[in-house]
Amino acid sequence: MRIIASGLIEETIYGLAGRACLRLTAPCEGALREAEAREEPGSAARFSLSTLLDNAETAARERMAVCQDTGYAVVLAEIGQDVHIEGAPLTDAVNAGVRRAYADHCFRKSVCDPITRVNTADNTPASLHTEIVPGDKIKLTFLPKGFGSENMSRLYMLTPAQGVSGIVDSIVETVRLAGSKPCPPVICGVGIGGTFDTCAFLAKKALTRPLGTRHPRADIAAIEREALERINALGIGPQGFGGKTTALGVLCEVLPTHIAGLPVAVNIQCHCMRCESAEI
Amino acid sequence: MKRIELPLKEEVIRGLSAGESVLLSGEILTGRDCAHRRICEFLDRGEALPFSLAGETIYYAGPCPAPAGKACGSCGPTTSARMDSFTPRLLELGLKGMIGKGERSEAVCESIVKNGSVYFAAIGGAGALYGNAIQKSEIVAFPDLLSEAVYRFLVKDFPCIVAIDSRGGNIYKR
Repeated sequence: MRIIASGLIEETIYGLAGRACLRLTAPCEGALREAEAREEPGSAARFSLSTLLDNAETAARERMAVCQDTGYAVVLAEIGQDVHIEGAPLTDAVNAGVRRAYADHCFRKSVCDPITRVNTADNTPASLHTEIVPGDKIKLTFLPKGFGSENMSRLYMLTPAQGVSGIVDSIVETVRLAGSKPCPPVICGVGIGGTFDTCAFLAKKALTRPLGTRHPRADIAAIEREALERINALGIGPQGFGGKTTALGVLCEVLPTHIAGLPVAVNIQCHCMRCESAEI
Repeated sequence: MKRIELPLKEEVIRGLSAGESVLLSGEILTGRDCAHRRICEFLDRGEALPFSLAGETIYYAGPCPAPAGKACGSCGPTTSARMDSFTPRLLELGLKGMIGKGERSEAVCESIVKNGSVYFAAIGGAGALYGNAIQKSEIVAFPDLLSEAVYRFLVKDFPCIVAIDSRGGNIYKR
C-alpha cells in the first residue's frame, strides 16, 4: 500500500487547472492549423480559424485564459487500488485545488445553482469521476468543459436493430442540430453501449483521448472515420460561416451493453480543447 | 477591413452587409442570460431600467476577472440563441447592435429588420484576443451576477463578421 497525502492531490489539480485553461492541447492547435490551410483564402471560415490561432498566441503571450469559458471543472481520477489517501477527503482536495486555481489565475467562475442561478463564486463543485484501477498511483485528468458546446450534446437510446448506421446517424444528427451554436469546428466525444449513465460518462471520457488517435478496434475506428466524413460534408463550417471543417475529430469509446439496447451519447466539445493530465 | 465606430449610426448600419468583416471600436454593454432575464423583469414591472439601451450595442459575454495591469480578462462571445426569447423586446427599446456567436431565431431576424439594427458574429473561442482589445471596463448594473453583470467596455478593433444585416441578409442561411 502507498500513502498519498491529499495535499499532493490538491496541488496537482491546482497545477493542471492553471495550465489547462491557458492553452489548447497540441493536437487541437495542430488540427486548427490544418483546417485553416484547407479553407478558401478570403473566406469567413478562414478568417475565423486565423483569428483562433492568433488568439492561442495572445493567450500564451499575455497569460490569459484561451477562452473566457474556463468551464465546469471535469476531473477524472484513476486511482490505483493500492493507494491510501491520507488527510482531507478526495472530493475536498480536488475542490480546493479548483478553488485556488480559478482565484489565482483570474479564471471565470461559471458554476451556479440550477434554480436560483446564484453563482457558487469559486467554480466548485468539480465534476469528479473516480475509477479504481490496478497499481499504486493516481492519474488525474483535468478537462475544463465549456457549456456552449455541452448544451448541444445528446443521448440516444437506440434499438439493436438500428446498429452501426444508427450510431453514425445519431452522431451526425447531433452536430447538424447544433449548427453554429457550439463553436464549430467541434470535437465529438461518443459513448457507445453501457447503460444510460455510463454511456454519457464514456462520451466525456472519450474527449480526453488525444485528437487524431484512432480507436484500436477497427470497427469502432470505422465509425469514427465515417461520422467525421459525413459531418464535414454538412458544410456548417467554422463558426457556422460555411466551409469544409465542421468537426476536427470524432472519438468513440465502447462498453458492453444490454441485449435489448444500444445507448449512444454524443458529447460535443468546441474547438477550444483544453485538457491536462498528471500521474502521482 | 471596414472600421466601425460605436455607437452605431443609422447610415452605418444601412451600409453593412452580411458576410463582411469589420473592426468595431467604441463603447459596448455586456449582457447574457441572467442580465437579460432581469432586464425583462424590470420591463414587466413597468420600471425604468438602471441604464438606457437606446442606440447601444450589446455584447453577449461574461468576462474572466481582470488580471493585474489589464482592464479585463479573457472575454469572447457566448451563444446568442439563448438570448433570443428576450431580444425583440430590447430591440423595441432602441438597441441597435448585438455581438455574439451563432444563428438567431426567426423572430429575432424579423425584429432586426423591423428595427433597423444589426447582429455581428464575434469569433467564438477567441477570448484572449477580445479581452486584450478591451481598454476600459466598469460594471453598470447587477454586480451580484459577477461575470453575468452588465459591464460597459471601451473596445478597440474588435474583429467581427456582419452576421445578420438590417435588410435580413444572414450569413447562417446558405
